[in-house]
Amino acid sequence: MAKTIDARGLSCPQPVLMTLDEIKAGKADEIIITVDNDAAKENVSRAAVSRGWIVADIGEKEGVFGITIKKGN
Amino acid sequence: MNGIKNVFADRWGIVGVGIMIGIIAPLLQKWGNPGNMGVCVACFERDIAGALGLHRADVVQYIRPEIIGFVLGSLAAAYLFREYRPRLGSAPIVRFVLGVFAMIGALVFLGCPWRAALRLAGGDGNAILGLLGLIFGIWIGTLLLKGGYNLGRTRPTHHTAGWMLPLFMAGLLLLMLVFPQLTGEAKSGVLFYSMKGPGSMHAPLAVSLVAGLLIGFLAQRSRFCTMGAIRDFLLFRQMHLLSGFIALVVTAFVVNFILGQFKPGFEGQPVAHTMHIWNFAGMTLSGLAFCLAGGCPGRQLFLAGEGDGDAAVFVMGMIVGAGIAHNFGLASSPTGVGPYGIPAVFIGFAVCLFIGLTMRKSMT
Repeated sequence: MAKTIDARGLSCPQPVLMTLDEIKAGKADEIIITVDNDAAKENVSRAAVSRGWIVADIGEKEGVFGITIKKGN
Repeated sequence: MNGIKNVFADRWGIVGVGIMIGIIAPLLQKWGNPGNMGVCVACFERDIAGALGLHRADVVQYIRPEIIGFVLGSLAAAYLFREYRPRLGSAPIVRFVLGVFAMIGALVFLGCPWRAALRLAGGDGNAILGLLGLIFGIWIGTLLLKGGYNLGRTRPTHHTAGWMLPLFMAGLLLLMLVFPQLTGEAKSGVLFYSMKGPGSMHAPLAVSLVAGLLIGFLAQRSRFCTMGAIRDFLLFRQMHLLSGFIALVVTAFVVNFILGQFKPGFEGQPVAHTMHIWNFAGMTLSGLAFCLAGGCPGRQLFLAGEGDGDAAVFVMGMIVGAGIAHNFGLASSPTGVGPYGIPAVFIGFAVCLFIGLTMRKSMT
């Protein structure tokens, strides 16, 4: 199941906390997080990788990043 | 790492930046900055407040070009790498108040997290109490973060709004050039200059400015943050930023040793006092305020450089906080805490906890 998190306008640690909460909830195997600053993009990606998830895609549109992470095997 | 192209944001990037700062800071001391104060964001903003006459403690008055460089270096990096994003509106008045108390706490200890690290690297044992206090304050902050504390969302804004702090800094530089320090004069035009004390000790303007620009540029790229280093470890067991902070301490220690600036002990350390409880408590207050505001004082300058108007408000809070701290006897001196320093720390804790416990979740 895919979940989405809107973390636009939030700076770290909030986007990472929201992402980790969703990972911990254990219901999603794919999460799309939207953030609007580069530090949050890097931190969310790093946190996902550290929990064994894979960063499948990072798209950018007008300063907003969509990060798609998927559960690793 | 997948999806991350910024080389400064990987492990070796942040360690490299920590090493760079660890080399530059002790060198700045050798070139004229006060002892164990190669770079101290709180002290330097306090000196700026003094130079502008916001307080009249005559030993700490100097427009520190390092601070100007931090903001303008970050601005340059942000534009060069297309990361300049003007944004505003995440509880600015709260950030101002947090900035005021972050400064008051830092001036009870006599240094920000950057200087706590440099004091340790210079052999000042009192810094251990400060760093323990910093960790404790950030730990309290992480509990509040886990409880849902946040300051709400920012919004994109006009480019002009993001330029306010960089322009303020450029203005300070211009003032320094128009009203340069005159030998034997405590005032030059509108600026106050220290004739003695730490405010009179500084590396040449160009050296300080270039050092600041370099650190500002690299720190914007790497997201270097001394508070985030400890917070991320406590919150996520994430070592990334912490590895940069540790690299800074270790490198500064080695460079101090080579330069003959390493002098271990508790007594007689430069711009430091030995009241352990208040070294600890001052930094606890500071660490809590930085954690609630989302960045150490350096990181706030770098964020302001990349267009974050809320971080700019925090910086202004710190500068005003320095004025308050020195005008009302809250700041410590090498002889110990100021006459009203202790009650100010208690008030600071009360204000920070009030903010941390009541501003929760609503992110719309």
